[in-house]
Amino acid sequence: MKLLYYPGCTLHTVAVQFDQSTKEICKQLDIELIEISDFTCCGGLYPQTTENLMQLQAPARILVQAQRTDPNLELMTLCTFCYNTLKRTHYTLKKDEQKRNILNDYLEEPYNAKVKIVHLIEVFRDDIGYDTIRKKSKRSLLKGFRVAPYYGCLLLRPMNEIELDDQEQPSILEDLLYAIGCDVIEFPYRFDCCGSFHVVNKPEIAEQCSKELLRYTEQFHANCLVTCCPLCYYNISRFGGTDFNFQIFYITQLVGLALGIEPIKLGLDPEIINKFISDSYLV
Amino acid sequence: MSMFKKTNEEFVHEVELLSGQNLFSCYQCGKCSAGCAFANFMDMLPHQVIRFLQLKKVEPVIDANTYWYCAACLTCTTRCPKSVDLASIMEALRNIMIRENRPYIQVFSLPVEIIEGFPQQAAVSALRKLSG
Ligand code: SF4
Ligand code: SF4
Repeated sequence: MKLLYYPGCTLHTVAVQFDQSTKEICKQLDIELIEISDFTCCGGLYPQTTENLMQLQAPARILVQAQRTDPNLELMTLCTFCYNTLKRTHYTLKKDEQKRNILNDYLEEPYNAKVKIVHLIEVFRDDIGYDTIRKKSKRSLLKGFRVAPYYGCLLLRPMNEIELDDQEQPSILEDLLYAIGCDVIEFPYRFDCCGSFHVVNKPEIAEQCSKELLRYTEQFHANCLVTCCPLCYYNISRFGGTDFNFQIFYITQLVGLALGIEPIKLGLDPEIINKFISDSYLV
Repeated sequence: MSMFKKTNEEFVHEVELLSGQNLFSCYQCGKCSAGCAFANFMDMLPHQVIRFLQLKKVEPVIDANTYWYCAACLTCTTRCPKSVDLASIMEALRNIMIRENRPYIQVFSLPVEIIEGFPQQAAVSALRKLSG
């Protein structure tokens, strides 16, 4: 299958492992990624007030760029900020014709409000299917990974606009992790905020949030945390670094390991992975 | 007395317009504050912001740091039993302050080295939410 791919601002810079591991697994699963050209930042967090036209322009431009590249393909994105912002922008423009008409004057071509935005984990669930993933995975490999699935704040909310999974009782990450053979922890703190953008001017807030999250992770005897968000990844690894004995992974890195891809190709340190795998014999 | 040209009534009306919310939908259960990850840093809890606005007491709300400390995580919006979109109310407050030229941070007050080290969406979001 073919998908359009919008990497956003982080996937080629601070989250290269995420990009790299995604490309590796897509190769294995016969998914062709077509990166849209000439894209900009989506604007980070979605502008929530009623007078948000100006800030909707950047994400709307990306949607138009996708429509121009190939109107029949779905637009896949990985970063939860991008995913959330693009989906909510699409929702607003689809629903609000007046806003769409005004914005259209500022876009390369009018937006048809038909682009379907998907997250890679959605493609796994709906197009590839967990059964296929289970069959292709070396499931015994991931036995030592006691994973706490971490959704963070943006992946699912608000549910009526994102329509990925239930916002309070989701299972999309858990199901995928089960399919690849991890020991999945039932993790009640999976939506707790990592401190988000406050790390920029009030790092102490992000520090407290991330450390609290890791304390819970420890209480639940998880030895790693899995996320889809480059900012969660950054905050948690920055503030949890030395105090906690844990590892944070992008979901695609674990899927890649299960599919038998070498750690180094997924942006992972083989030594760390070996430790996990040898630990699994102790359990 | 308000430091704006707006009266308190006008201010509250603008919050309602920008957020698209009816402030009187809130029945003060406090569930939003209970789940807010930033509540212990805030001078005024999220549900108290709504209460003050219901009573048209604007000054204590704008003096509090609550709406600047809100990270727009939508936890409160998700859980409110009355479907009040509190995250949008916080955003409306930020927007009004930014329009009044009273942003929380100045773009140029952040050293470039600091911004460069972060995932870009953190810097973009912080600047968008806190300085317009
Ligand atoms: S959860 Fe909703 S109803 Fe309860 S205090 Fe907060 S805004 Fe008001
Ligand atoms: S959206 Fe803001 S007020 Fe609501 S829970 Fe998140 S940080 Fe707190």
